[in-house]
Amino acid sequence: MASHTGPTTQSPPLPAGLTREQLLEIYRYLRLTRALEERLTALYRQSKVIGGLFRSLGQEGESVASAYALERGKNRDLLSPLIRNLGSMLVMGARPVEILRQYMAKADGPSRGRELNVHFNDLELGYLGQISHLGDMIPIMAGITLTFKLRGEPRVGLVYIGDGGTSTGTFHEGLNFAAVQRCPLVVIAEYNRWAYSTPPEKQFAVKDLADKAKGYGIAAAIVDGNDVLAVYQATKLAVGRARGGGGVQFLEVKTYRRKGHAEHDDQHYVPPDELDWWAKENDPIDRYVKQLLQHDWVEERDLSDVDERVRLEVDEATDGCVEEPLPQGETALPGVYVNPPAADRLWFRSL
Amino acid sequence: MPEVTYLEALRQGLWEEMERDDRVFILGEDVGLYGGAFKVTEGFSERFGAQRVIDTPISEAAIVGAAAGAAHMGMRPVAEMQFIDFVSCAYDMLTNYVATARYRAGLATPIVVRGPCGGYVRGGPFHSQNPEAAFFHTPGLKIVYPATARDAKGLIKASIRDDDPVLYLEHKWLYRRIKEQLPEGEELVTPIGEARLAREGKDLSIVTYGATVWKSLEAAERLEQEDGVTAEVVDLRTLLPLDDAAIMRTVKKTNKVLLVHEDTRTGGVAGEIAARINEQAFEWLDAPIKRVTAHDVPLPYAPTLEDFVLPQTEDIVKAARWLAAY
Repeated sequence: MASHTGPTTQSPPLPAGLTREQLLEIYRYLRLTRALEERLTALYRQSKVIGGLFRSLGQEGESVASAYALERGKNRDLLSPLIRNLGSMLVMGARPVEILRQYMAKADGPSRGRELNVHFNDLELGYLGQISHLGDMIPIMAGITLTFKLRGEPRVGLVYIGDGGTSTGTFHEGLNFAAVQRCPLVVIAEYNRWAYSTPPEKQFAVKDLADKAKGYGIAAAIVDGNDVLAVYQATKLAVGRARGGGGVQFLEVKTYRRKGHAEHDDQHYVPPDELDWWAKENDPIDRYVKQLLQHDWVEERDLSDVDERVRLEVDEATDGCVEEPLPQGETALPGVYVNPPAADRLWFRSL
Repeated sequence: MPEVTYLEALRQGLWEEMERDDRVFILGEDVGLYGGAFKVTEGFSERFGAQRVIDTPISEAAIVGAAAGAAHMGMRPVAEMQFIDFVSCAYDMLTNYVATARYRAGLATPIVVRGPCGGYVRGGPFHSQNPEAAFFHTPGLKIVYPATARDAKGLIKASIRDDDPVLYLEHKWLYRRIKEQLPEGEELVTPIGEARLAREGKDLSIVTYGATVWKSLEAAERLEQEDGVTAEVVDLRTLLPLDDAAIMRTVKKTNKVLLVHEDTRTGGVAGEIAARINEQAFEWLDAPIKRVTAHDVPLPYAPTLEDFVLPQTEDIVKAARWLAAY
């Protein structure tokens, strides 16, 4: 990874040290991500999703594969996802029902109706939701991984940043800080071509995001973000180096955002044939399925079994929460501080 | 009992907490071998090692952000802003990330962000600021501002032990100017959220904090000597959350209130205090609530300009006389 090369579309000849069960587990997370987002789209159209809906269509591969390269379990590795990394959260153990409740602002959702979409966390399982200010999670993850280093724990952090997010000051400050401290942090920089409607050439003057890493003295590599096994392998390598004391590792994944910034965005700024090409020729799940079958790593029936189980899982999760109530208004007051335990209820509410 | 300065008291408090709890660590610019721009952390690196006294790049957002991340993992970081003026570079991190973390995500973020504040030192526009009003408006943060050596020590210890994020404002004009005897061997912890009665009086109340506590006490002394007017002085010590009970107690006792702060007037803390008195103790007032604050300009450098802009003891005396005669 010391020198970065152009994107590779070569999958490893062997399935990256993965077992058949693991290959199928990755497939399950890919399908689950897509199926869950498709369900959310339906719920959005029924006005059951309260706020915006953010799709990761076309980016499920890099989200799932990068997270899958981490050590999972209680208090192991920890990642910080963006809105288009739902797949990474599922890999770490977030449950579909939690995602659904959160999007629908349910009282029993992980943030009890306080935050939107995938902005929530389970530090024990190893995911820390972002805030909307892009770049801010880089300093936060620098501090988390600094703590791993200070305590001598063999844990690694992984943080995602979009191509637009690399323009922020906190990205620069956090990355530089983490590089100087040699924090065990892997940065997945997602070159997905669109920051809302802004293309890369209006966002930065470098060609590749990996060029930016040079300025921080960080090892960088570029990988085809829609090649699931290539992302897995590259992340695994980066995670191993970070865990071994190699400091911050930067991995640029070349991918493509196939939906608008959020569901309301009609993507009029995108050349239509471009969307078609990515859908037909470079869908990460299609490519992964093709690889699995071509190499006889799994059989078609294995995949359709997974598809069926995922469909049932999403149905069950939806049925389990869609009719749940929103939180009561006054539950907005507690929990700003430990002490005082709740904000004052204002006088005019008692008139 | 030995006399210690405000700065030494702060240093002692930090030192004792570092000794007491190995989760506490310091990060900031030049805090390690150099010992900090004002020498607050002198000797810390030698005693506690570079792992617990971390020199950082000039990156206030990263300093505060990294402190927050470490706090999520169970640490108790103390982040130094070399001058508090630079905390504005971490405004996003403090207000959007840190302050909201518990509420939106149930995340514990027990960090302390501390740094030298304040004027009267010819520091010019960027080494003299009082940033409290910019953060006073942010639910989720606590703000403390000690005026005495005892509270410099007691509040840093309380801030480090607090489970919520605390902005600890220390006045550099007080660093070596005031001295106090502090008890040895006794644990000094000043509760957050409690004001202090700095001087008793019956004719009017001066509610203040930070360096202007001392200017108010000087003014009160002169009023008693020269006018026979006794002014009560309340040192707020904590700005967020405000000690409403202590404020209303003194209002109900003297019925006249002068609010004094070194920060500029518009949008300052005094405006909020006036509003609360109006809501909670209007019928106890015998005079309008008045403010003595800095003028609404960036703080200039020349001594003649700075002295004109900032509230002086003489201003407080004159304002108090006006109120006493009302």
